[in-house]
Amino acid sequence: MRATVLGPQRRPTVDRVVADVVPEGPIATVTAGWREREDDVTELDRLLGGRSVPLRLHSRWLNVLDHDPEYATAEREHRATLDELQALYVVQLDHALRALYETAQRGGRPEVRSAAVDDALAAVRLLDGRHLDRVRETHAEFAAAWAPASRPVMAAHRTTVGGLLNPAAALAIAGGHVGVLLHVLRLFDVAAVVPDVVIAWSAGAMALTERVVLFHHDASRGPGHSEVYDNGVALVRGVVLLPHARRRLHVDDLQRMSVLARRFAPAACIVLDDGVRLDLDPDGSLPVGTRRVEPDGTIGTVEGR
Amino acid sequence: MTLQYDRRRTTTTRKLAINRLKERAPLDGTAVDRFLARHEVPIVEGPYCTFLFRGQSDEVFLVQRIVGLPDRIAMRRLWGTDLWYVVLELPEGSRIEYQIEVHHNDHHERINDPLNPKVSHSPLGSVSVCFAQGYTTPDWALPDPDARPGELLPELVVPSRALGRDCQVSLYLPARFRRTASYPLLLIHDGDDFLRYASAKTVLDNLIHRLDVAPIVAAFLNPHDRLSEYANSAAHARFVTKELLPRLEADLPLAGSRSGRCLLGSSFGAVASLAAAYRSPDVYGSLVLLSGSFVFTDIGNDHGGGPVFDPVVKFVNRYRARPRRVADRAFVSCGIYEPLIVPNRSMVHTFESTGMEVYYVEARAGHSWENWRDRMRDALSYVFPGPQKFVYE
Repeated sequence: MRATVLGPQRRPTVDRVVADVVPEGPIATVTAGWREREDDVTELDRLLGGRSVPLRLHSRWLNVLDHDPEYATAEREHRATLDELQALYVVQLDHALRALYETAQRGGRPEVRSAAVDDALAAVRLLDGRHLDRVRETHAEFAAAWAPASRPVMAAHRTTVGGLLNPAAALAIAGGHVGVLLHVLRLFDVAAVVPDVVIAWSAGAMALTERVVLFHHDASRGPGHSEVYDNGVALVRGVVLLPHARRRLHVDDLQRMSVLARRFAPAACIVLDDGVRLDLDPDGSLPVGTRRVEPDGTIGTVEGR
Repeated sequence: MTLQYDRRRTTTTRKLAINRLKERAPLDGTAVDRFLARHEVPIVEGPYCTFLFRGQSDEVFLVQRIVGLPDRIAMRRLWGTDLWYVVLELPEGSRIEYQIEVHHNDHHERINDPLNPKVSHSPLGSVSVCFAQGYTTPDWALPDPDARPGELLPELVVPSRALGRDCQVSLYLPARFRRTASYPLLLIHDGDDFLRYASAKTVLDNLIHRLDVAPIVAAFLNPHDRLSEYANSAAHARFVTKELLPRLEADLPLAGSRSGRCLLGSSFGAVASLAAAYRSPDVYGSLVLLSGSFVFTDIGNDHGGGPVFDPVVKFVNRYRARPRRVADRAFVSCGIYEPLIVPNRSMVHTFESTGMEVYYVEARAGHSWENWRDRMRDALSYVFPGPQKFVYE
């Protein structure tokens, strides 16, 4: 499978990318991140040369909830558990990151401070890792208890989705609400029948990674810490993708940016601003020219070897 | 480079504009004309705000209601001219409302600052407004052509047995409103005033568009006899909870749960919000209490607020004596320049003692509609947070 990830499509580039990497054949599309606007696909279809095959995963999900009320109740409860887990993790994260920043700003001997900062960072990484483990366990318990795949309504939709994906030359995943995207991609097990070519942008690209990190330094509420949200579908490895980085992150705040880069290392934090295109190799190496957050907090470029 | 201003000139600071004008020679009408043409009034230089008035008068005062400052501050006449001035030091981010009082030949009048086009409106009229260094009107409070507008429905008439009258309620439906969705409900006291003076519709449109706030339905309530209905009136509380709420939840696709209901009010409207929640502690999940008129006494009855505050004081005293949890969360804010700052600070601890989660914000502002408008992003993103951190288009 080859993945091409793109920056936000306010000024679309997906038409040129599609013409380049998948010149012919149907292209299955996921626009579930747009939620209730999922079916507003006229413009997207035009950009894909009239070759789009909408999977309508958001509508299918709502249909499942409507027709399987027992499952709907269970899913709501599952979501509430995940939300609670997230809220508790964020409380702990807030304290851990404040401790880290305060430690980094202390005076004294640099080598002593540096060791303390490393320890504080390790505590943050531990929290991130434990949170992902808890989320994974919660998903596993839910799947074991409710076996979504074997429920008739869900199974019918999975079969239909598989039928649409099988002949597709590519899968295109648009941005939007990353939580919804991730949920429906998992629910309909898209990763199991993914075509050879995947093109995704913004939230769609984030969902493809191993771990989804939410970020917004200017969040309308709270301290604006970046937080681990969930495991992604892991079709793309070794990266944390940051669409709209320049709009959502204080890229001049080297301390915060440095913590971001070091927190998720060895994964690379990749800046996915407007116009960016990255053709990712299956081996996980980054293309020359990729913009990533460096350990010192600056934004650097991957050089050729 | 940031210039440092100081009334006492040093080698590293710059004199205030008014002091530079004083040194002009000749200091005549033409010099004043040029000076006024060059400066926005009030002149904001670092923390110093120079208020000006030009005219033949016997005395001129700056009139404002900043707690800690005299209500009337005498302006000085610039020798040899008809220009009057006074310099106030205002903390960064301050926004104050004021007027000019002019005395001439045994006659005096209060007017808005003729040299300052910025005015703030309220049901009592308009006043001039000074933006100190660091204050800017939030961009989300101004019309945004990119924001998809919600719909403000014509007034709904709700007959109320509790209040013995028909009540007019305006309804706000968010952009892309769908009957199949489920929306939280925000009940706003003094609704028409919030729409008119606090740009409530623009604010809702923008905050929802920016994903700061979840798409919500808002109901704008309007009092008939405000000082009576909003001063801990059982009839008002009954109307809101037993008559209006069931009607709205029957007619609209609302969440219909405690967490999906919020009461909002400012000043007496905050008292009305608290009083309604107090009478139905299981109904409302959140409160937004802006500059609440939570006047109380620790001993005796001399609260200083006059008879209209008597029922409020009685209610707040009772609540403080036996506080109870009336919602899960409360956003509480007050301007530090208003007399209500002390009661509001005191109430934070009272609310927290009940187990309610409290988000308390102080603003460098007075008891004004634009202060309350400016708090909306913090308040509404707290009670009904939008999906901002999840959405990457």
